[in-house]
Amino acid sequence: MSSERERSDPTEGEQWVSAGDGKFGRYGGQYVPEALMPAIQELTDAYERYVLNNEDGFMDEFRRRIRDFGGRPTPLQRADRLSERYDTEVYLKREDLLHGGAHKLNNALGQVLLAKYMGKERIIAETGAGQHGTATAMAAAHLGMPCEVYMGERDINRQRPNVFRMKINGSEVTPVTTGRGTLKEAISETMRDWATNVEDTHYVIGSVVGPHPFPQMVRDFQAIISEEARRQVRETAGRLPDSVVACAGGGSNTMGSFHHFVDDESVDLLAVEAGGSSLAVDEDEGVAPNSASLSTGSEGVLHGARTKLLQDHDGQIVESHSVSSGLDYAGVGPELASLVDEDRVTPVNVDDDAAIEGFHRLSQEEGIIPALETAHAFGYLHEHHEGLGDVTVINVSGRGDKDLDTAIEETAKRDVANAPDMSMFDGGLR
Amino acid sequence: MSDDAAADRVAAAFADGPAFVPYLAVGDPDYESSLAYVEALAEGGADVIELGLPFSEPIAEGPTIQNAVVRALEAGMTPTRFFEFVEEVDVDVPLVCMTYYNLIYQFGSEPGPRPFVEKAAEVGLSGFVVPDLPAEEAGPLRAACDEFGLHLISIVAPTTDEARLEKLVGVSSGYLYVQARLGVTGASSSVSDQTGESLARLSGVALPKAVGFGISSGEQAATIVEAGADGIIVGSALVDIVADGHERGASTESVAERLETKARELKQGAVDGYGRRTPTPEGTSD
Repeated sequence: MSSERERSDPTEGEQWVSAGDGKFGRYGGQYVPEALMPAIQELTDAYERYVLNNEDGFMDEFRRRIRDFGGRPTPLQRADRLSERYDTEVYLKREDLLHGGAHKLNNALGQVLLAKYMGKERIIAETGAGQHGTATAMAAAHLGMPCEVYMGERDINRQRPNVFRMKINGSEVTPVTTGRGTLKEAISETMRDWATNVEDTHYVIGSVVGPHPFPQMVRDFQAIISEEARRQVRETAGRLPDSVVACAGGGSNTMGSFHHFVDDESVDLLAVEAGGSSLAVDEDEGVAPNSASLSTGSEGVLHGARTKLLQDHDGQIVESHSVSSGLDYAGVGPELASLVDEDRVTPVNVDDDAAIEGFHRLSQEEGIIPALETAHAFGYLHEHHEGLGDVTVINVSGRGDKDLDTAIEETAKRDVANAPDMSMFDGGLR
Repeated sequence: MSDDAAADRVAAAFADGPAFVPYLAVGDPDYESSLAYVEALAEGGADVIELGLPFSEPIAEGPTIQNAVVRALEAGMTPTRFFEFVEEVDVDVPLVCMTYYNLIYQFGSEPGPRPFVEKAAEVGLSGFVVPDLPAEEAGPLRAACDEFGLHLISIVAPTTDEARLEKLVGVSSGYLYVQARLGVTGASSSVSDQTGESLARLSGVALPKAVGFGISSGEQAATIVEAGADGIIVGSALVDIVADGHERGASTESVAERLETKARELKQGAVDGYGRRTPTPEGTSD
């Protein structure tokens, strides 16, 4: 494979940047069926040429489109009331204001554009909460590519607004009924489609997971978040933050928020995982009532990469849980796993209750209805703000319109001190 | 490795005409029935049997085998039970473990494939097929297989080019699993055109070539062997029989009987296909 080589640029005499070997410490790699390996090599080559070396002006076009179509740069907003409440400067990186309502468009647009440069004819994707599927459907419509999105049956029921958005943008949405019908099964099913149609199809993986070069390439598309945030916080606060906080499921929002801060050793990087209802794993039942693979998982191989996983002692992948379907995944990106091992990223978590409280707090105090994924970061801020230093940047990874049904339902299930009276919704929204 | 008993057994399976290599998911639908089913395949003429150790995320499998894996896991199959099964099953053909890398990696007290391979050698397995382990990542498992005298059987896809083929053959032993068409496992009613092309590309490779993916009848087996395959691998068509029996509540004996009959048909098809080849002076295709 491509490994650590450097080669001469045939056009300008510049050094080509290599994609490397896809290993992050002990994690990463390419654990996929042989049928996919030629496509993965082709993708690695395209990633080197177009993304890393800007061949044919690919990155210029990406940056133009993510600006004009996507609405970048997104603002870095000072959260006045939260700053006052916690007696610390809280800045919000507003990825919820990106077109489509979540950071997912950065990656989806990048990959669909790359597929077009590669001459692929069809786009497939998997989605959990539907944000990645929606972003991919939008990018595919924008660039004129047919698109099919696999989504667990259970998630289809949890995330109907996004299912409609995908279909309205012209994508097919294919329900996945195997297993528990969530993201893990959707990824497996999309890999099966890819293995069948690999010659003309590109699989837009939705996070920094999967075989090399996906973890690195998705990170590069998402790194625009921290590139902007680092510049903006220096302009606005006049200094680097003491901490950057981002919720972590697969890890694309996290890696995107952290990437340009990794070398700033004074900045604490906190990955907030879904603690669900408990951090325990019930091996007999094959269930983890959380999605905290960085905090509680162990090393293994899933969906193309070696990384930290929720698994039983035999290596069977257990079912994860989160009130947020976007975080409900048993694995995490290999680079994030490695940064945790190096003590550069601190994995933390909050439970479903704290996430619901965070959802209501941000909505009421800042007028921003966050995605339930994002709400975990605000749950953490509430519980641990004393340890975050004087300046904190929190990535608002997405907006919460898609989660209103779930938020109402989950609020009704528990005693949430800061929730409004929701009794008028007793019959549900529909 | 050719001086090793396990290795020799696989070589012998391909030595006298085409090999019939059936697959079943171990523990589907339960441990005891599965023993009877594997024994029925041996009775029906199996030359090597691929035993599937169920993994919760079988990304290379189609719906038939996915469902079998779910049944087996729900009935309590684990790597430890799998090894007990291998020790207990009463057959006289080489047995190969087909599973995903995470189960191999996690087994035993130290991380890495060595404890799993050591245990596999102890219970008498002859080798491994690991669908999610391409040549690039196969080094540690290959080393453990060399240490304990077991085979690592690689899958060759229709998309595998010359450069990859060389890399892949470099880590392979026993036989090559030639994937007849793109996609996932599953029975099919016709033989893919890709099969002949794949076999032609592999003609210079010394290892036996067993073709799998989509074979469900004796006639298909004959066509594939006539086209030059050294063996046929059949999974989903056999798992379908197990699934059908399970759904209908049929007795273990009657399902085993159907499996044995199907095995005979497939084996006979392979033999017929061999006979239909243009004869060479020695009566072999090589």
